[in-house]
Amino acid sequence: MSKYVGQSLKRVEDPRFIQGKGKYVANLSLPGMGYMAIKRSPYAHATINSIDASEALALDGVIAVFTGEDLLADGIGPLPCGWQVPDLKIPVQNAIATEKVRHVGDRVAVVVAESPYIAADALDLIDVDYDPLPAVTDAKAAAQDGAPLVHDEIENNVSYVWELGTKDEYEAALNDSDHVIELDLINQRLIATAMEPRACVAQWNSFTEDMTLWTTSQNPNLIRVVMSAFTLQVPEHKLRVISPDVGGGFGSKLPHYPEEILVPWAARKLDMPIKWVSTRSEAAVSDTQGRDHVTTAKMAFNNDGKITGIGVETWANNGAYLSLVAPLIPTAFYITLLSGLYKVPAVYGKAIGTLSHTVWVDAYRGAGRPEASYLLERLVMMAAQKLGMDGMEFRRLNAIPADEFPYQTPVALSYDSGNYAGLFDKAEELAGYADLLQERDAARAEGRVVGIGIAGCIEASGPAPSAVAGALGGVTGFWEAGTIRLHPTGKVTVLTGSHTHGQGHETTFAQIVADELGIPPEDIDIVHGDTAVITNGMGTYGSRSASVGGSALVVAARKVRDKAIKLAAHQLEAAEEDMVFNQETGDIYVNGAPDRATSIGAMAFAAYTAHNLPEGMEPGMEEDAYYDPANFTYPNSAHIAMVEVDKDTGETKILKYIAVDDVGNVINPMIVEAQISGGIAQGVGQALWENTVYDADGQLLSGTLLDYAVPRADGFPDFKIDRTITPSPHNPLGVKGVGEMGTIASTPTIANAVMDALEPMGISHLDIPLTAQKLHGAMQGTAVSAD
Amino acid sequence: MKVSITVNGKAYTKDVEPRTLLTDFVREHIGLTGTNIGCDTSQCGACTVHMDGMAVKACTVLAVQADGSDVTTIEGLASGGELHPMQNAFWNEHGLQCGYCTPGMIMSSVKLVENNPDITEDEIRHGLEGNICRCTGYQNIIRSIQAGAAAMGGGD
Ligand code: FES
Ligand code: FES
Repeated sequence: MSKYVGQSLKRVEDPRFIQGKGKYVANLSLPGMGYMAIKRSPYAHATINSIDASEALALDGVIAVFTGEDLLADGIGPLPCGWQVPDLKIPVQNAIATEKVRHVGDRVAVVVAESPYIAADALDLIDVDYDPLPAVTDAKAAAQDGAPLVHDEIENNVSYVWELGTKDEYEAALNDSDHVIELDLINQRLIATAMEPRACVAQWNSFTEDMTLWTTSQNPNLIRVVMSAFTLQVPEHKLRVISPDVGGGFGSKLPHYPEEILVPWAARKLDMPIKWVSTRSEAAVSDTQGRDHVTTAKMAFNNDGKITGIGVETWANNGAYLSLVAPLIPTAFYITLLSGLYKVPAVYGKAIGTLSHTVWVDAYRGAGRPEASYLLERLVMMAAQKLGMDGMEFRRLNAIPADEFPYQTPVALSYDSGNYAGLFDKAEELAGYADLLQERDAARAEGRVVGIGIAGCIEASGPAPSAVAGALGGVTGFWEAGTIRLHPTGKVTVLTGSHTHGQGHETTFAQIVADELGIPPEDIDIVHGDTAVITNGMGTYGSRSASVGGSALVVAARKVRDKAIKLAAHQLEAAEEDMVFNQETGDIYVNGAPDRATSIGAMAFAAYTAHNLPEGMEPGMEEDAYYDPANFTYPNSAHIAMVEVDKDTGETKILKYIAVDDVGNVINPMIVEAQISGGIAQGVGQALWENTVYDADGQLLSGTLLDYAVPRADGFPDFKIDRTITPSPHNPLGVKGVGEMGTIASTPTIANAVMDALEPMGISHLDIPLTAQKLHGAMQGTAVSAD
Repeated sequence: MKVSITVNGKAYTKDVEPRTLLTDFVREHIGLTGTNIGCDTSQCGACTVHMDGMAVKACTVLAVQADGSDVTTIEGLASGGELHPMQNAFWNEHGLQCGYCTPGMIMSSVKLVENNPDITEDEIRHGLEGNICRCTGYQNIIRSIQAGAAAMGGGD
């Protein structure tokens, strides 16, 4: 029964944003504040011979310059890795490099000055003497003999090797099946580009020895633990981490960053508040980047259209250092999803995680799952083509049947629920697929280069059952915490360990709690992002907020409700099991005697006056919950697009885009659809435009928004978005998560559409991004050879 | 250098370094932090304000260039306690997620529509060339601007 869940309530967070009152970290100003700027390496690989800061220190307004030696002298620890696969080799990363720099943007010194302008001036006056060394930037090249080592102690630059699956069965499938397709592909590196650049402000109280850090993080509670235990080592109860309004994350604000150490460290050292705000160019060489896989993939299938095996060997570029959960992404978030929506008896994958002289890589929207979906759906399209089968038919034929859930894959996961054939049916219908095919053929007959792409994708969301995560390498638990505080006057404060940086939790979480307590959302406040207030939390990533964070609130709210019911039974002198709770109104009454009634609000008041409580009941009306999910959830999708490639320019225009997603139950349809449309745009960016380019020396050539093609409004048509719903049985809300599905699905959808357009020219595969230049070149090449 | 700039109807005279950007002037010197900074190459449009009736990227204007000008920032768009129709439209149509691009989006949109009251979807998409949003996929931004245009009196 729900009154608010399922409604498109307008967002309560919006009034502040539309009036320029967002509380972003960069907006914070404290009296007597100093400004930090960071001297970064211009080389991808070099030894540091000496650092001379004398000129910088002489500049008026410069307060201090610190180097890595100062940091080590103060006992500040290296950044830890929070996902430890077996035999993981973790390179040492200090917040400031000493002796060697390992990527362009590596930190060599920091300046603190009276203004940001002076701090920036001072950077130019620091004289660093380097000896440049050869660099390697490619995931696979890094592991070849003779490649320059990123860290001397890590042989061949290989940090980890991870295998999963039924290798013998897979090899048998390759041998015994009618067909095998082998595809070498690159999943290119991306720059997340949340529109708000990262920022930190720190304030030290030298009397109480309390540190407060404001930081642009997706998971402030987690950052606090890591800082206390490993890096800054301020005791956890003396460290407050606040992430107020955060302007987008997409994974890039998940890791613990060196600046989160440097700013509070300097604030304590200088006993003054300090602020650092990243520039966009700085973000390009310091924010964690995404993807960057070099893969050989194989799919075996028979003449009847059934897939018999799929396998990969993937070289995953982790950059120069391991970021917080970097090893998770090409392993447990990738190889486990290789069979997607399909019933594939043999699945096997091997990932080789390498280090290179590039910026570090960590989660980026989808994280591992887009890489799996992309290669799978490319192979599926090629297999269908080879058999002369319609792509939709081929997918439906291989889809896991609706009556086989829960479905145990050959690679560890057990899918929760779904109706994948139904999903394809709905997408087909919404797209008018048959007409679309005719339209395409008619356009082709006119000489136009038009194609249709389909992708069916799955995601493992809502990380994670803590024990499973632990077995796969996770260092922490992956529960979520929540608190429901029902005040004496019947108003509610909700504390959540999830963090909203665009997702709209202040609205949707209030909807959830409103339905549990029978209290309207306007009487419920959602508080997040401050460790001094929030009991505990794991934060927001992996589309986990609703399924894990929301579920924690359901559990806590039900405890509150149960207490109110128990108290009502006592005061109305009825048996507890005779009490009825009206979830729409919050009224509590005796079954069959509606005049013997009270309400949850009245019971809150009574719980705090505590004049008449049942024996053993504590006063107050506040409950906590730690919710550890029973399983991942598995959102799934079928997307279809029609594109036209301009013959003369190579430019791709998306003519139609249709998305059908099953994200389980929907809390706020308006917000869910917007998560999908935002996700689609990001995935299209990867398919068509975005690319992170390093030259052979390790210089980043796409370091500004002039060179890195973030999608603009004119790159898209109006998306047609709809859904199917199969509730997840694993959480009380029946939700599956929506944050990443659009991104995961749209990259293969668009790539397949473009490849379908080029198919008549005999072009079967090109690596993404399918830029105008690349497509133009490919079409020219074909035209020449065809002549 | 002394500059005098009217911001949201209020006159400010400040002593600034010649290199001070208008973004820094409004954010740091007079404390109006609604104008966001999203890049350093004039690409993102998060910093868009109105200067003498035109939408400009405040990160691309020096405070001294704005000397004597009349500037409106996102904080000055609502009047008399009433949200501007474009602000309301962004709220109603869910035209924002993280909100970071939003001040710039709204300021750009207002001028797009003022200059072209019957603006089409295509014209909106091209008109937003200088404003980047990473969250929304633009879908609801377009709907917001269409609704805002209707509320501002165009389209009929
Ligand atoms: S901050 Fe002005 S355009 Fe990006
Ligand atoms: S709403 Fe986040 S960048 Fe536009």
